[in-house]
Amino acid sequence: MDNTPLVIVDKLKKYFPISKGLLFQKQTGFVKAVDGVSFVIFHGETLGLVGESGCGKTTVGRTILGLYPITEGRVVIENFDVAKAKGVELHQLRQKAQMIFQDPYASLNPRWTVSAIISEPIRVHHLVQSETEKTERVKELMQLVGLSPRLINRFPHEFSGGQRQRIGIARALASQPDFIVCDEPISALDVSIQAQVVNLLEDLQDRFQLTYLFIAHDLSMVRHICDRVAVMYLGAIVESADKDELYEHPLHPYTNALLSAVPIPDPKKDRNRQRIILTGDVPSPINPPSGCRFHTRCPIAKPHCKEITPEFREVGSNHWVACHEIA
Amino acid sequence: MLTESTSNLLIDDLEAPPLTLKKLAWKRFTRHKMAMVGGLFLILLILYSFGGSLFVEEKYANLTNPPIRLSPPSLQHPFGTDTVGRDVLARTIYGGQISMIIGILAVIIETSLGILIGAVAGYYGGKIDSLLMRFTEAMLNIPEIFLLIVMAKFFGNKIPNLTLLGRTFSGSVVVIVVIIGLTSWMYLARIVRAEFLSIKENDFILAAKATGTSNGEIIIRHILPNSIAPIIVSATLGVANAILAEAYISFLGLGVQPPTATWGNMLDGANNYIESAPWLWFFPGLLILLTVLSINFLGDGLRDAIDPHSRAI
Repeated sequence: MDNTPLVIVDKLKKYFPISKGLLFQKQTGFVKAVDGVSFVIFHGETLGLVGESGCGKTTVGRTILGLYPITEGRVVIENFDVAKAKGVELHQLRQKAQMIFQDPYASLNPRWTVSAIISEPIRVHHLVQSETEKTERVKELMQLVGLSPRLINRFPHEFSGGQRQRIGIARALASQPDFIVCDEPISALDVSIQAQVVNLLEDLQDRFQLTYLFIAHDLSMVRHICDRVAVMYLGAIVESADKDELYEHPLHPYTNALLSAVPIPDPKKDRNRQRIILTGDVPSPINPPSGCRFHTRCPIAKPHCKEITPEFREVGSNHWVACHEIA
Repeated sequence: MLTESTSNLLIDDLEAPPLTLKKLAWKRFTRHKMAMVGGLFLILLILYSFGGSLFVEEKYANLTNPPIRLSPPSLQHPFGTDTVGRDVLARTIYGGQISMIIGILAVIIETSLGILIGAVAGYYGGKIDSLLMRFTEAMLNIPEIFLLIVMAKFFGNKIPNLTLLGRTFSGSVVVIVVIIGLTSWMYLARIVRAEFLSIKENDFILAAKATGTSNGEIIIRHILPNSIAPIIVSATLGVANAILAEAYISFLGLGVQPPTATWGNMLDGANNYIESAPWLWFFPGLLILLTVLSINFLGDGLRDAIDPHSRAI
């Protein structure tokens, strides 16, 4: 890991328009899925992005790769401005930044063999000269992710969930990327398989100096794999810090509530700790609360939280938080 | 280096490779009795039409011989002779070829148009989709038979005869093929659009986009193979429909023009001799019936066999 940023995300916004009417559609509003998110990811680092379902984690991952058009803000990956990249430049960016998907069943074309799936990026980016070289490369990638190269001509439905996820990882690696968005790569897998896949991702990172954006909702897994963690709530990042700092000294009340929900594998400790249970539901991202987005559920909210949007500021070394009540 | 936990994994030894999708489909197809019977009959009918020309020369199909007009089936003329003394057996053989070729060519046009319009509408969505689908609906709202008759009447005699492989065909064959193709693609376009709409939402399409695969390649290599089942079924049934469509416009005298025979235009005029010379309509009618039925049974079997949701083996 060094200190040059590989990915810079600056005030990223992604709004999805909502339209009404069958024949004459008109826009009636927006789902503000991502509303002003900023972060950087350094070379060789893993940034964890956590938050509950529907807070916009996946949208962040897909938008920074340019899979959704960016509504506002700037994303730079390795000197490529994602919003402006077109044609050849976009093609180069696609090679350098890849994605691993959550659902290992939906993310592989059921009509393609493993060989065709893994070689797609190689073919699209013309990374090899001949067919035999391509086959060699696919076999090499399969070995790398722990699949037997003998299975090269099998179809996805002949594999288990964990094996399919390995195929997805091999595909992401095939174009020799520097940056990979891991969109909940383990949440669809059994716990025993989760550990294997996480270890594989770590090994690959060491080997190829990969940089990850690791999107997850399993906080203990995030602590294991990530270097820094950012916590999202309703389309915005509320706190980010190095992982130990965040887990030992959480500042934002939402982070506190999230961490208090992590199961502790020790009944004695578990009995003594305090669970912070938030009241109410996540507000709708179509019409998010004014001021601090969390004020509707915050245990320490003051009247001014309703009016003034808290600034995302640095309060300790590399510890950022968006809350009025934190000194 | 890989850690032990990952390197030791998954060296599985599945000895017998599981059935591929194709093998599964074939297995299901062979269990479908009616489809097998349909397939068998279809092969026999193709052998009859195309193999028959090895035994009966084409000139017999067009040789008029007024003195023996309307003679009933005999050893000399097993299917009898028609109103100008042509041999009905020879005409059903050569007419069958034309009917089947019309069916297949029309379906090629129909399927290409249907896939093109459906795929573009379903994949790109938005305004392009609205535009193409409104056009499709407009086409659907015009009664097909009416369109066929108008177009056949309009273009009918404007194309000169063509010679292919040493045989002369009436130019109207081309006209019929084109107009049947142009008036029947709408249902397929809607099916293809619906398939594309659902398949394009899969993560593997997003993965292909993230890889940098072009839209054209995504359409052709990713989505189309996944929607091939309903297309094959529709194309199969389309052949039967095209043969029928040819038969009824030919029966109205607007289809393929003499001297080229088709099963359809052999029926033209036979209605005057329903009782006095039943062999005129019985043989071509029976052949149309058998062909259309066989293709429909075959299509049914194919639908069950290649439907990916069908779990039965």
